[in-house]
Amino acid sequence: MEILSAPHLNIDQPAISAIIAVVVLTLIMTFAVMFATWYERKAVARIQQRLGPMRVGPWGLLQAFADTVKLVAKEDLRPATADPIAFEIAVFAIFVPAFLALVAIPFTEDWIVSPLPLSLLYLLAVSGLSFIGFLMAGWGSDSKYALLGGMRAAAQLISYEIPLILAMIGIVMVTGSLNVSDIIIFQDKVPLIVWQPLGFVIFLTASIAELERQPFDIPTGESEVAGGVFIEYSGIRWSMFQLTSYVNMYVFALLGAFVFLGGWEWPFGRDVGWAYQLLLTLVKMTAFIVFYLWARSTFPRLRVDQLMSYAWKVLIPFALLQIFLNGLIIVYGLPDVLLLVTSGAATVALGLLVYQQVRVEPRQPLEMVSNAVPARSMV
Amino acid sequence: MVAEHEAPEIVDIPINMGPQHPSTHGVFRMVLVITGEKVIDVTPHIGYMHRGGEKLMEAMDFRQGIGYADRTEYLAQFSAELGYVMAVERLMDIEVPERAEYIRVILTELNRLSSHFMFMGAFGIDSGLFGTSFTYAFREREYIQDLFEEVSGDRLMYAYFRVGGLAWEVTDNFVQRVHEVLKTSSKGIQDLDDLMTKNEIFMARCQNIGNFTADQAIANGLSGPMLRASGVPWDLRKDEPYSIYPKLSFEIPVGHYGDVYDRYLVRLEEMRQSVKIVEQALEHLPPEGPIVPEKMPRRLRTPPGEVYSKVESPRGEWGVYLVSRGGDKPYRLKMRSPSFCNLSALREMTIGQYLADAVVILGSMDIVLCDVDR
Repeated sequence: MEILSAPHLNIDQPAISAIIAVVVLTLIMTFAVMFATWYERKAVARIQQRLGPMRVGPWGLLQAFADTVKLVAKEDLRPATADPIAFEIAVFAIFVPAFLALVAIPFTEDWIVSPLPLSLLYLLAVSGLSFIGFLMAGWGSDSKYALLGGMRAAAQLISYEIPLILAMIGIVMVTGSLNVSDIIIFQDKVPLIVWQPLGFVIFLTASIAELERQPFDIPTGESEVAGGVFIEYSGIRWSMFQLTSYVNMYVFALLGAFVFLGGWEWPFGRDVGWAYQLLLTLVKMTAFIVFYLWARSTFPRLRVDQLMSYAWKVLIPFALLQIFLNGLIIVYGLPDVLLLVTSGAATVALGLLVYQQVRVEPRQPLEMVSNAVPARSMV
Repeated sequence: MVAEHEAPEIVDIPINMGPQHPSTHGVFRMVLVITGEKVIDVTPHIGYMHRGGEKLMEAMDFRQGIGYADRTEYLAQFSAELGYVMAVERLMDIEVPERAEYIRVILTELNRLSSHFMFMGAFGIDSGLFGTSFTYAFREREYIQDLFEEVSGDRLMYAYFRVGGLAWEVTDNFVQRVHEVLKTSSKGIQDLDDLMTKNEIFMARCQNIGNFTADQAIANGLSGPMLRASGVPWDLRKDEPYSIYPKLSFEIPVGHYGDVYDRYLVRLEEMRQSVKIVEQALEHLPPEGPIVPEKMPRRLRTPPGEVYSKVESPRGEWGVYLVSRGGDKPYRLKMRSPSFCNLSALREMTIGQYLADAVVILGSMDIVLCDVDR
C-alpha cells in the first residue's frame, strides 16, 4: 500500500473546491470541444482542398456555437418502439465516463482536480465503461442499423481495450508507477516513446479504435450502417454523443502526451512555471489530435473481421512481447539501451508483418491489350 | 435448482438498405439477409426511378430524343448521345464529317474521364474514406464540366450532338482549353492513384472480394470495366470499332482476378488511356471543315427498318435498338444499359461476403440508377 500513501500527493482537499474545479473543468472542456469541432472541420477541409466553415464569425470560428443552438433547438425525437429507459439513459452512460476521466488528468504539475495515486488505472478503467452505453443505445433504439452498430461497438471497444492496457503495463513496468504524474516526472531526460516505441505504436492504433475514428470507425461507418448507434438520435442527445467522442479524443491525446511524450516535464524540466507546462501539454496533445485528423481523412475503413484479427492476432501478441522484453531487461538488470533496441526491432517486425499480410500473394499487374479479341472466341 | 434456459434462437436478420441509404448510389434498394455480419441473401429492388423513358422517346422526333439520351445516362451523357445519334445516322445512311467525328470522340473520352472521376470519388467513400477522394475527384471533374459548359452551354444535359454532326461549332480556344483540362486531369489521376492504390487498408478491403471469373462475367452479360477486370479483353472501341477509333492507338487494360481491386485498377488505367486518346485526337483534329453534312435534310425522316447501335460507355456497352416504320419518330426504341446488366451480377457476387463488402461491391459496379430504371 505504499503507492496509495505517496507523500507528495494531497488528496484531502475540501469538497467545495473539488466541486468548483469540476464545474470549471466541465465548462472549459465543453468550449474546448466546440473548438475541436471547428478545428477538425478546418483541418479536414484543408486536406480535402476545401475551405471548411467560413460564414459564421471570422474564419467560421463561431460555427460551433451556431451548430449548438441549432441542435439544442431541435425536437428530441424517440422512436415509438424504442425502449424509453435504455434509449435515454444510454446517452449519459457514454457521456459521464468521458467527463469522469478528466478528473485525473494533470494539465500542469499542480492543475489537477483530484491527484489520484492510481490515476493511470483510473483513466483506463473509466474510459472502458462507455461500451455499455453503446450497447444500450444500439439495443434500445429498436433499429437494425443501430443494433449492428451497437454490437460492432461493443466488440471493438472490448477488443482494443486489451492491447491498450497491455501497452500501458509495459510503461508501468519501466516507470514503476501507476500515477500519471509520476510517469511524467520519470521522463525528465528522455520521453518514454524512446524506450517503448512498440508500446507507442500499439497505443496509437488502439486509441484510434477506442475513439471509433477512421480507419476504425466501423460502429458508426457512414457508408455501411449509416451512423450506427446514433441513427435514431437527434437534437441534444445526438450532440451529446458527438461531444463525448471529442472529449474522448482529448482524453486519449492527453494520455498519449503524458505517457509517451513526457507531458509537461520533457524537455524543459519542471521549473518553468505553469504557463510553459500548460503550453507543452497543449502542444503535445495537439500533435496527437492532428495525427487523428490526418488518419481520419486519408484512410479507408477496415472491415469488421480484419479489425478483430488485427487486435487479436497482431496487437495483443506484440503487446505481450513488449511486456516480456521489458520484464527480461528489468529483472536481469540489463542496460536500458536494450529497451530501445528490442522494442524498436519489434516495431519494425510489426510493420513488416502487416505489409506482408496485406500482400498475401504477389498480384499480377494489369495486362495491356492493344488488339482486343472478339468476345465470341472466348466462349 | 437452476432454471433451465432455452438456447437462444439464432435468427437471420433481413436488413433493408436503401432507397435512401448513403451508399446505394441513388434510389437503389436491396434487402440483405445477414447472419452476424455475413450476407446470406440479397434481393435487389429497382424501379424507383422508372420514368418510361423508352416510351417517351417514341413520342419525340429524332432531334428531341437526344435530350432524353442525356437524361438516361447522366454521368456519360456524350456516350449516350453518340449511341443514339449513331443509330439514327445508320438508319438514314448519313456520313458524318471528319471534324465532327473528332470533336465527338474528344468530348466522349473527356466524358469517360469525368465519369471515372465520379467513380473514384464515390468508391473511396464506399470503402470508408472520409470524403478526401471525393473532393479530389470532384475538383478535376469540375474543370472538365467547365469545358463542356463552354462547348455545349450546359453542365449536365449537354444535348450537343446532332444526327449528322454537332449542334454548333466549338469555341475558338477549344484545343487550348482541352490541353489545359488534360493537364489538370493527368495530375488528378496521379493524386487519386497516390491516395488509394497502394494504401494497405484499401488493398485489404478490395482484394479478393466479389471475384468473378471470365465465364461467369460473360454468362451474366457484363460489359465494360467489369468484364475486362475479369480477364476478357473486350472493348467495343477495339472490337467493333466505330467513329474514328481505328485511327487512334490505345490499349485496353485487362485484369487477372476479377475482384473489386481489379475493377478499380482497370478504371484508373482507362483514365490514362483516355488522356492518350484525346491527345492523339487533338493532334489529328482538322483545323476547319463542316460539322454537319452538306446535304442534310431539314426534317429528319428515316426509311422503315431497324438498327442496333452500340458504344463503349464508361460503364460498358450502351446500345440503342431502334425500329422505324418511316416518319420522324421511332416506332420502338430499346436501350441496352450496361448499368442494368452489370447490376444483375450483384446477388452472385455478394452472397457469402461481409455486410461491409456488399457496399464496396455495389460501389465497384459504378451503376447509374437512371440508366438502370430508365
